[in-house]
Amino acid sequence: MHQESEIREPLIVGNKSYKDITDDIIRPIQGKANKYWWIVFTLAATTFAWGICCLAYTIGEGIGVWGSNNGVDWAWDITNFVWWIGIGHAGTLISAVLLLFRQKWRMAINRSAEAMTIFAVMCAAIFVTLHTGRPWLDYWLFPLPNQFGSLWINFNSPLVWDVFAVSTYFSVSLVFWYTGLIPDFATIRDRMTKPLAKKIYSILSFGWSGRAKDWTRFEEVSLVLAGLSTPLVFSVHSIVSTDFATAVLPGWHTTIFPPYFVAGAVFSGFAMVLTLILIMRKVFSLESYINIKHIEYMNIVIIITGSIVGVAYLTELFMSWYSGVEYEQYAFLNRATGPYWWAYWSMMTCNVISPQLFWFKKIRTSLIATFILSIVVNIGMWFERFVIIVPTLCRTFTPSTWNMYHPTFIDIGIFVGTIGMFFTFFLLFARFFPVIAQSELKSILKSSGSEWKKKGH
Amino acid sequence: MNQTFTFTDKAKRFCYILMGIGIVGLIWGYVSDGNAPEGMAGHYHHNRFWGNMLLNTFFFMGIGLAATFFLALQYAAEAGWATTVKRVIEAVTCYLPVGAGLMLLMLVLGALGVHHIYEWMDQDVYVEGSPVFDEGMLHKHGYLNLPFFFARTLAYVLVWSGFQRIFRKRSLEADLNGDNDHIIHFKNRKSAAIFLVFFGVTSSTSSWDWLMSIDVHWFSTMFGWYTFSGTWIGAIVTITLLVLWLRKNGYLEEVQESTIHDLGKWMFAVSFLWSYLWFMQFMLIWYTNLPEEVSYYFDRLHMYGYRWPMWIMFIINFTFPMIMLMSRDSKRNAGFLTIVGLCILFGHWMDLYVVVMPATVHEYWHIGLTEITIGLGFLGLFLFVVLSNLAKAPLMVKNHPYLDESKHLHT
Repeated sequence: MHQESEIREPLIVGNKSYKDITDDIIRPIQGKANKYWWIVFTLAATTFAWGICCLAYTIGEGIGVWGSNNGVDWAWDITNFVWWIGIGHAGTLISAVLLLFRQKWRMAINRSAEAMTIFAVMCAAIFVTLHTGRPWLDYWLFPLPNQFGSLWINFNSPLVWDVFAVSTYFSVSLVFWYTGLIPDFATIRDRMTKPLAKKIYSILSFGWSGRAKDWTRFEEVSLVLAGLSTPLVFSVHSIVSTDFATAVLPGWHTTIFPPYFVAGAVFSGFAMVLTLILIMRKVFSLESYINIKHIEYMNIVIIITGSIVGVAYLTELFMSWYSGVEYEQYAFLNRATGPYWWAYWSMMTCNVISPQLFWFKKIRTSLIATFILSIVVNIGMWFERFVIIVPTLCRTFTPSTWNMYHPTFIDIGIFVGTIGMFFTFFLLFARFFPVIAQSELKSILKSSGSEWKKKGH
Repeated sequence: MNQTFTFTDKAKRFCYILMGIGIVGLIWGYVSDGNAPEGMAGHYHHNRFWGNMLLNTFFFMGIGLAATFFLALQYAAEAGWATTVKRVIEAVTCYLPVGAGLMLLMLVLGALGVHHIYEWMDQDVYVEGSPVFDEGMLHKHGYLNLPFFFARTLAYVLVWSGFQRIFRKRSLEADLNGDNDHIIHFKNRKSAAIFLVFFGVTSSTSSWDWLMSIDVHWFSTMFGWYTFSGTWIGAIVTITLLVLWLRKNGYLEEVQESTIHDLGKWMFAVSFLWSYLWFMQFMLIWYTNLPEEVSYYFDRLHMYGYRWPMWIMFIINFTFPMIMLMSRDSKRNAGFLTIVGLCILFGHWMDLYVVVMPATVHEYWHIGLTEITIGLGFLGLFLFVVLSNLAKAPLMVKNHPYLDESKHLHT
């Protein structure tokens, strides 16, 4: 038996048995969806549908229907792309990095965080595929022989690195997520009474039998995938950051970008996990498994990553002055006091100042405060990408290209549509998939369950 | 069973010999470095000697500092795996006040004009019309001036060392008085969080002040995190090597194989972190090729001929640990870890060499008797301070809330 210190707080609250855990987690799948689920689902699906309309219109008419223009040629598309990719970071961090660090609290949240990762990367993919202008030729992004009619891709371009980084990340995350689901699907299969549902879960569970051999292989695969995913957590957003940092544009080219983007991604990812999980635990009555301690740990990750991002902002600001390069200095002056000053200061407030509130134990253990701040952080991180992209491009070297950027309702429609898509998928996931990795959770019941800890095993 | 480490006469003699070599090296290094190489006439003042002093002062202080960071991190992250080796970590942190003191001395000597490796310390560079006036630095006066610089330096040195003393004192206190409610542990945890915040900012600013400012025109936003990751790997390797050495000599029997394995994982992981940061800084500067930034690597790779030291250093610090420490068995094998650890430690000394030397002696670099003897001298001092502090307290902490977890660690 694994030894656990008495000062560690329990991670499973209440007198739960193995059977209770299965019951609690499978209940929403076996039962019928309630009124609230349908209301939220309808709302999300409608927004999604609206997004599809705007998307179709963009494909039909071309990206001239966006607010992007000659000066500001990257705008909401790339802002949203980076924002979504960033959100997709928490899942793999929680499932891979925290697995390697043996953080048991991850078991309550990893499943839904991983699902979130998959959906967020899908949302992100929409923007990059669209912003090429002719998405039907997007296969040109891959290294295809010249006979296909396109030129061999430019391997020196970070945009190509992005294609590889993001698609690798997506596939590994998907496999990781699905592997974890297999034993849980098998549990559902064994409990289902309706033949069709039984059949479907049976297929999904890949014929899992629960033999010792299955479990050994399962654990081996999990460890190997964790080892593979950990560098991916760093690589994806580092590569995304090089889209900017390899440019010679002041405000984009700075060496701290890769690690600072990674920290920012984890920051925004955790904020999104918190937003979703706070609602989910309430709706599905999962308070025993996702308790205040989990929320507190996640809030601590928010403080740390938020502060790292804060240090990076200040480092950039200081270096632009210290460098003595007037273009650098202007780029930052323009961000803080130029036409988009309000975006800069929203970013600073939401990302640097607001997470510091979590230093107070009262705030970081309050559900309402956490929920509000998690949304504030999401807004702040959207502004961060906006601030990097739009104010920089609207004041580049040639003053004749100085333009303002105004989003059109198509821009807004596609963005809102991806939020709809994200929630639609997440709601479907929560309805049909086990939202907590129950088989993993059971492994810590006797060492971290509150009743078991009292007995002192 | 609670052992205390005995700092044997043999070990002491070894440290004394190293320090002796160091003292001879200091004198010889200074005297033999009297003549300026042709290309640097006029602005060469025993630069090779002082470059070595800065390199070794910072290198070993960095190990003490990063060990303090690592200790604080253990508290803040509620980590239990390393409790059985906590005293070793603490002993390494004990070098921090000494190292930081030497760093302060180095800088004071610079300000007094004893050495000239910080060009800007000659405040005439800001005076128009003076022979050393440098227009490209004029705007930096607000930051790189002596009063503000020393205020910062003093703050780093005092606050870091202060926290180190507090952690150590409280840890010894917990041994004696029982600490049944773990009040002392939680006090240290709180201090650790405060230290980490202070360290988060000052680890960067101190590296700008003490290292980046020797290449006074150059700047890189990544420099702080890159320097920090280098010191961190140094600390982890030092801790691991000490633990292995102590176990070989019959101490620390309660340390589990899994803890050694975890230390090996840290060596592997932080080597990756350093490689990632080093490479990204290099790649972005090389890629954009902006004159004000690329000069740093252009000097090293093309002008001053540091191509070999730089790439060999990168292979030792990245490829070597990646291949050697990939498998589980190698991370549980003492001999293996020792060899890899020693190589990495040397590799990171080389990393700092490539930071410091091009800025001080330009193309006139050597790795000769001066480098070796001064390096060994500092190593002797470092070992002497660490081992004497190791002998001052029992090797196993008592009454630590996570001690049992660490004693039964099986992964």
